[in-house]
Amino acid sequence: MWDYSETVKEHFYNPKNAGAVTDANAVGDVGSISCGDALRLTLKVDPDSEVILDAGFQTFGCGSAIASSSALTEMVKGKTLDEALTITNQDIADFLDGLPPEKMHCSVMGREALQAAVANYRGEEWEDDHEEGALVCKCFAIDDVMIRETIRANNLSTVEEVTNYTKAGGGCSSCHEGIENILSEELSARGETFSPSAVGKKEGIVHLNSVKPQAETSGLTNVQRIVKIQQVLEGLRPALQADGGDVELMDIEGKNIYVKLVGACNGCQMAAMTLGGVQQKLIEELGEFVKVIPHTERPVEIAGA
Amino acid sequence: MADIYLDNNATTMCDAEVVQELMPYFSEQFGNPSSLHSFGNKVGFALKKARQAVQKLLGAEHDSEIIFTSCGSESDSTAILSALKAQPERKEIITTVVEHPAVLNLCDYLESEGYTVHRLKVDGKGNLDLDEYAALLSDQVAVVSVMWANNETGTIFPVEKMAAMADEKGIMFHTDAVQAVGKIPMNLMDSSIHMLSLSGHKLHAPKGVGVLYLRRGVRFRPLLRGGHQERGRRAGTENTTGIVGLGKACELAMEHMAYENTEVARLRDRLQEGLLAAVPHAFVTGNPDNRLPNTLNIAFEYIEGEAILLLMNKQGIAASSGSACTSGSLEPSHVMKAMGIPYTAAHGTVRFSLSRYNTPEEIERVIEAVPPIVAQLRKLSPYWGDNGPVENPEQAFAPVYA
Repeated sequence: MWDYSETVKEHFYNPKNAGAVTDANAVGDVGSISCGDALRLTLKVDPDSEVILDAGFQTFGCGSAIASSSALTEMVKGKTLDEALTITNQDIADFLDGLPPEKMHCSVMGREALQAAVANYRGEEWEDDHEEGALVCKCFAIDDVMIRETIRANNLSTVEEVTNYTKAGGGCSSCHEGIENILSEELSARGETFSPSAVGKKEGIVHLNSVKPQAETSGLTNVQRIVKIQQVLEGLRPALQADGGDVELMDIEGKNIYVKLVGACNGCQMAAMTLGGVQQKLIEELGEFVKVIPHTERPVEIAGA
Repeated sequence: MADIYLDNNATTMCDAEVVQELMPYFSEQFGNPSSLHSFGNKVGFALKKARQAVQKLLGAEHDSEIIFTSCGSESDSTAILSALKAQPERKEIITTVVEHPAVLNLCDYLESEGYTVHRLKVDGKGNLDLDEYAALLSDQVAVVSVMWANNETGTIFPVEKMAAMADEKGIMFHTDAVQAVGKIPMNLMDSSIHMLSLSGHKLHAPKGVGVLYLRRGVRFRPLLRGGHQERGRRAGTENTTGIVGLGKACELAMEHMAYENTEVARLRDRLQEGLLAAVPHAFVTGNPDNRLPNTLNIAFEYIEGEAILLLMNKQGIAASSGSACTSGSLEPSHVMKAMGIPYTAAHGTVRFSLSRYNTPEEIERVIEAVPPIVAQLRKLSPYWGDNGPVENPEQAFAPVYA
């Protein structure tokens, strides 16, 4: 079963604004019956102020499709059309306290229904640029179509490049076989041969033997050391925040530094890579070997103390 | 109220007697069956007993035809890859479009490696065309792999007849029988089936144990080479607890075979009748006249299966669905697609699979609980009007990228 947030469950079990709005003057039909998710959004818009007075949805779809539809109607009510159009699919997902990567398309469908309804109201033609492929990378929710388009647009030829351009394959790496198959097809289509190296290159490995024991005493007092660690983490936060994540120092115990990963980093397979990067930076700055550990993996007796 | 488990084609509860039987092999009977001393020897005898219980359930001629593996998938892979390795000059495989992914995905992969895969089609009720099959049997075919019964619909294939047709042409025949073993009486010694896969956890044994039946004299190449376990045909220290448990489960399956085919079938039929009577625009998928006694697959039109399952789960009822969303894929079940079930119904299929533990009271509770769930979701559906599907549903709601 999916790991749905409580908010998703609440909006699925008790959906808001179910059914069509009577006297609706804007309708958006989007979705794909073959994929099993489709949504009709109906809006009642005040012609003078363009404020959305009422919103209703009818959805053929799974739990998160219904929850996303419900959330969307709640979010747009009372907004002007222009205000409503600023809502992104990520906003819908955030409103629901997150969606599983396989289900992010439900929030995309919500945003598209809104665009389609507004276009319908304004008498415009809504062109969807929607093309959805099979999900390849589950860590970052990247599908086949996106990977192929990026490979073609940028003339990519290695898994590493695909990861750098799309993030696909940057987490647990179990989709690398799938990415390799896509690369083989795309490369042969442009008359090249895919020739990968046998083992992916690892970066940032700290060989424990090479860390000199005397480096353990970095010459800092406890307080100085804590401040230094804080400074390093502060320096790293903007980059993480740009990806929708964050890191927070929880505790320090000798060489073990416990941190809390927040947002997009949390629970994501990328967490391990993030932690590796944080650790590498701390080792460089402190001049001693430290180990960065997620707060959640802290031994219970210590965490409880 | 206790929860109701109607997802026995996914996995079954380990029988209490099975658990009791296998527990000592975690503790005092920890020996390695390959060892000479008494610690190992006793375990060796226990494995022998289990092997004979499996032999009896399958009606195999020799107990040495039973090879213990880790699961049904391993048995399937071992059988198909063995046939290819043993006959390198043969480059074709015959299977069906409705196989379990354990066979289907392996065949897809083999196709990318240069083999030719023939996938037999099914009709609207999930039945095969044996003329199509007969025409494909040639000396280019290394192996035929056809499931005994379909996991989603319960539809039974005529594997004994198909095996005889293959055997006559000197072609190896394998069947994935993980859903059929314990529900359909078998006497493999009287059949032409060369290889058969079964999985312990589908018949009240623990997970992590399976069997490949390999008829004596059928050419074989192991998947795992190494130690001499299983007469060198499947290396690796035996999963003694799993095997002992499977042996007991096979004994119990023999005892309950008649019950499965009478009482369990009656409960299933009652469920079908009760649901179809209360829910309009719902139909049974697969072949109702030739299916496993425990399986019922119903398509509830104009709604989506995952949503149905979530609402059922809230009321403590467990089943499964062929919708795309339950699997995270972009398409509904390949079995429903193969039978030509329209999307508006295929996404709303729910599989109820019973076991000998289900009671008439549970079935009545499900018959009461499901119709309001379907009605509730239809109220949200763009295909549903005030009192039934909207007129010309496909035209009335045609979303932009349908």
